[in-house]
Amino acid sequence: MTELDVGAATGPPKGGPRRVRTRGGPGVPLPLLLPALIGLAFLIVPLVALLVRAPWRSMPELLTSAEVWQALRLSLVCATAATAVSLVIGVPLAWLLARVEFPGRGLVRALVTLPLVLPPVVGGVALLMALGRNGIIGKSLDDWFGITLPFTTTGVVIAEAFVAMPFLVISVEGTLRAADPRFEEAAATLGASRFTAFRRVTLPLIAPGIAAGAVLAWARALGEFGATITFAGNFPGRTQTMPLAVYLALQSDPEAAIALSLVLLAVSIAVLAGLRDRWMTAG
Amino acid sequence: MTETPDTAHGTRNARAPHRTPDARGHGPDGSGTGLDARLVVERGAFRLDVALTAAPGEVVALLGPNGAGKTTALRALAGLTPLSGGHLRLDGTALERMPPESRPVGVVFQDYLLFPHLTALDNVAFGPRCHGATKASAREQAADWLGRLGLADHAGAKPRRLSGGQAQRVALARALATRPRLLLLDEPLAALDARTRLEVRSQLRRHLADFEAVAVLVTHDPLDAMVLADRLVVVEDGRIVQEGAPSDVARRPRTDYIAQLVGLNLYRGEADGHTVRLDDGPSLTTAEALSGPVFVAFPPSAVTLHRDRPAGTSARNLWHCEIAGLETHGDQIRADLSGELRLAADLTTVAAAELDLRPGAEVWATVKATQTHAYPV
Repeated sequence: MTELDVGAATGPPKGGPRRVRTRGGPGVPLPLLLPALIGLAFLIVPLVALLVRAPWRSMPELLTSAEVWQALRLSLVCATAATAVSLVIGVPLAWLLARVEFPGRGLVRALVTLPLVLPPVVGGVALLMALGRNGIIGKSLDDWFGITLPFTTTGVVIAEAFVAMPFLVISVEGTLRAADPRFEEAAATLGASRFTAFRRVTLPLIAPGIAAGAVLAWARALGEFGATITFAGNFPGRTQTMPLAVYLALQSDPEAAIALSLVLLAVSIAVLAGLRDRWMTAG
Repeated sequence: MTETPDTAHGTRNARAPHRTPDARGHGPDGSGTGLDARLVVERGAFRLDVALTAAPGEVVALLGPNGAGKTTALRALAGLTPLSGGHLRLDGTALERMPPESRPVGVVFQDYLLFPHLTALDNVAFGPRCHGATKASAREQAADWLGRLGLADHAGAKPRRLSGGQAQRVALARALATRPRLLLLDEPLAALDARTRLEVRSQLRRHLADFEAVAVLVTHDPLDAMVLADRLVVVEDGRIVQEGAPSDVARRPRTDYIAQLVGLNLYRGEADGHTVRLDDGPSLTTAEALSGPVFVAFPPSAVTLHRDRPAGTSARNLWHCEIAGLETHGDQIRADLSGELRLAADLTTVAAAELDLRPGAEVWATVKATQTHAYPV
């Protein structure tokens, strides 16, 4: 069944274009259609392969093992915590970028988006330099309060938030820009301070955008690998999240790796469905 | 937040009679009540500079074409646009440095800006809540205001389920619920369709008449301004070009814009007795005997058109013109004439047919001196 899908996706080049053309609308030129179909296959085939090679029979056994549960639970908890952190500090940051004019705003926005394009491993190293035991802040934290962040579960949350928060900020800022700022003016004429106007008017109005941003950030945090393994290490039960477990399992127990991957795939699809729903209700 | 207006004008009737604009600078009774403002806002090449005074109970309409700066003036009064200069005093208190949330000012925005996520009741309760009322008390006040505006049945409705007229009244209730000393209305009827407009206009007039503090409304519709306001302030290109009682402005327009709004032919010239030599055209004979620079106005309905030069007519105002354009105007035909004098003439459809009027046709236009109105510049 899955092989049939693959066949349809790649499609025989002779039959493809004609069929598209007869559907009405302008014809799709072959030099565009062919790469497009290859591109589609390129994205879909690996996922299909994952399904094809999945050890369906031993799946229940693999997925109920304590290690998998541990990693899955840790992943969900950390991704959710990272999203919460992103919400608390990311939404005000988005508001600042969207609503307050200050010198160097463009630069600040660029810095906020930097973690989006930064290789996560670099992010992890940077976090170590800042919050590691000898980091510029981490040293003081360690000396004065005895707080150590790297290689702890908190460190996982920090690494994930660092990588995921820009998604939230960008999404919320976009929603804020699209929202009519005159509602805030109306609130001001009714006696609302800027904070009250934000809390009681703006926040409810941009809730769909915040939700979409939070889901994006959560998904990004869930899949985070590079910054996590660099900053928090790979200790089962403490810092070993699902992506780390998958990578480790691939070297010793490929079947387990596939099973774990499928779990992450299922979660991702669920997120995508949830997002689409959000966007539809928001629009 | 006080229940009754302060004593300075407590004895006055709710709707103050029209006051002449020369009372500016102080409240009309010299006690510093009401609005006293000179609003200067500079934005690039545009400069707004208008002086506004109003007594408690007075309704002032800012009338002007789009882009004249009316809305900017309103925003400056509300504190949403900072002043570049001038002053703003309300009941003797300087407001110019006060942020919008601290000003005793209520605003009804053009598209109302009702908070879409709140019910009508919670929209109205928003202001009292921000002014420190408890949730229960705020909702009680809101219900009271909605009741007064005949919206008790719609308290639970979200704004998108309200009709245009209902939304407008909710917006009015929301603005009034903070008990402002200055009520601002930005094109309050512009978002309504023609039929709703008629009804809402008369309702709004009633509510404004009940309002004991200063109300300033912005409109580009002369009818709205005349019906709703005690005094008109006509703004063109950032400056006041005329102000006065609606009837006065309508009878004695001072710019082409106002003349067009109120549907009058308007000319400027030099009077010498009953004759006015126009700045750019022939002479006119008027009923009034004046001297010096004057305006002369007459309605298009005062113009009679003839195909041939009328013989033995008593009208001494006779011009040879050409039809520049024709359009229906209610049940009348309005003819735009060019030639010796540019003017608009109204005639019945039958008359237009009998005269066989068409663009380019040559006609003679007469106006009786008794139907003109001359007044000093």
